[in-house]
Amino acid sequence: MKNNQTPPKRKETLAQVLNRPKVAGYVFILPFIIGFLAFLAIPMILSLGFSFTRYNILKTPVFIGLENYRTMFTGDPKFWKVFGVTMYYVLFSVPLRLIMALAVAMLLVKSTKLSGFYRAVYYLPSIIGSSVAVAILWKRMFASDGVVNALMKVVGLPGDIAWLGRTDTAIWTLIILAIWQFGSSMLIFLSGLKQIPVSLYEAATVDGANGIQRFFKITLPMLTPTIFFNLINQLINGFMAFTQSYIITQGKPRDTTLFYTVYMYQNSFTYNKLGYGCAMAWFMVFVVGVLTLILFKTQKLWVHYEAEG
Amino acid sequence: MMTGYKERRTAITLIYHVFTFFFACVMIYPLVWMVMSSFKNTNEIFRTAASLLPETFSPTNYLVGWKGFAGYSFAIFFKNSFVIAGLSTIGAVISSAVIGYGFARMDFKFKSFWFACMLLAMMLPFQVIMIPQYIIFNKMGWVGSYLPIIVPQFFGQGFFIFLNVQFIKGIPYDLDEAARMDGCTVYSIFYRIILPLIKPSLVTSAIFSFMWRWDDFLSALIYLSDPLKYPVSYALKMFSDPTAGSDWGAMFAMATLSLVPIFLIFLTMQKYLVEGIASTGIKG
Repeated sequence: MKNNQTPPKRKETLAQVLNRPKVAGYVFILPFIIGFLAFLAIPMILSLGFSFTRYNILKTPVFIGLENYRTMFTGDPKFWKVFGVTMYYVLFSVPLRLIMALAVAMLLVKSTKLSGFYRAVYYLPSIIGSSVAVAILWKRMFASDGVVNALMKVVGLPGDIAWLGRTDTAIWTLIILAIWQFGSSMLIFLSGLKQIPVSLYEAATVDGANGIQRFFKITLPMLTPTIFFNLINQLINGFMAFTQSYIITQGKPRDTTLFYTVYMYQNSFTYNKLGYGCAMAWFMVFVVGVLTLILFKTQKLWVHYEAEG
Repeated sequence: MMTGYKERRTAITLIYHVFTFFFACVMIYPLVWMVMSSFKNTNEIFRTAASLLPETFSPTNYLVGWKGFAGYSFAIFFKNSFVIAGLSTIGAVISSAVIGYGFARMDFKFKSFWFACMLLAMMLPFQVIMIPQYIIFNKMGWVGSYLPIIVPQFFGQGFFIFLNVQFIKGIPYDLDEAARMDGCTVYSIFYRIILPLIKPSLVTSAIFSFMWRWDDFLSALIYLSDPLKYPVSYALKMFSDPTAGSDWGAMFAMATLSLVPIFLIFLTMQKYLVEGIASTGIKG
């Protein structure tokens, strides 16, 4: 192009300056920097400030110090309730979903003529599972006169359970919905499984290891990096679950399915306590951060990385 | 001896397929039930919940459901969803490609700092920043419009940037060198060499972006109040509220329709979806 054919001058032209990687790099990532500052960094910092105020969107914020945090931790029993509910949900849905994903991946790693079909069917729910359409479907499936009870009657089980009305079963309808969406984790496991060298299994078989031993001595350790990655991802996502609780159960019965994010939404937009909402958002950042940190700290104990990267 | 072994293999294969197939049916049953129910009369849906096939296939639910609520038909909501998901996807794909190229090929000061920021943005879920963002957008007077939903997409999306970076790093540097020898600037290298080569990762980004934006319900819930602007996801929620009168047949019909675009993408683009997930561990 033109600027390369012009004889060298002492002063670079603008085009030449822009062509230097040091400058061009910033030109290319400029959208990211602007977006990061405008939509993430600045709002987060401002919201930290707002978390120390009583803030209703119509009035100017009033500084109240640590009052929101004090209310949160000591003056709002509902806060700990929703925190517990969310923890319970995460604690059961994340491991169960991962176990399911791994089990089905083990099943599908065998390649047959129907592999493509199976993979598609098992994967489909995770693509649409978080949509409003499925949330509505779930609500009707677990209704007293829904398909779950109807099918239970067919096989001779008591089909009269008020799944969504009982304090012990309502949360499980949401956990089942989460487990149902194991498809994307399954695909990740599947590609992890395919990367395990066959020679390892051959050597183990020669040494007389049976299937169970091969699973615990080879498959599982080799998959730990994948499991670790999945675990962090799902933990964060599990903590952020919103649509399910908001549409399917609306927190009922007696707040046993009220998720942290839904309560945060209610405080901010229904009760118009944005300051309190900001405090809740920051506490969520703190919790997710700590959980991620703990997982990273423990990875030396159980995550197996190969010497060669 | 040989035949006995062979028979046992066949038996195992058969058991494998019966089991895998049966479990696949269980997995897909809720969806099939919804689609089938959308062709049943509303009073039939729960009376015959256990039987899958409708007594007669009737399109009534679709006709009734399409009318929507309060005078707003689903034609409006579908159009809105296409506008939101379409514009967001264009913005996210283009900006993420540009940013990905910067991270993958340029060396500049504080690059690792910005890359760490990118990873942070990728990990930080929308739910954490939704309230802080709302306050900002409210100050800017954007609440009630599509701007808070669409505009942030034009500044790159972490997962797609990451995907592009991975992809561009796999392209031999010799190509860039050769183009530079021919007098290309870093900008024309991006446009003429890199962009055509990263088509697979652009397609993957586009598919995921479209599906996520199509499904997105939370930002519509926060930012939109005029039914004329509702996307399908939010309209479905309003449609299913008890106050709107519960016509479950019509609701299932519209829920089914709302999944059609996603399902079509799934059927035609599965290869990209699977590869995208396998290579980045993107959430599906």
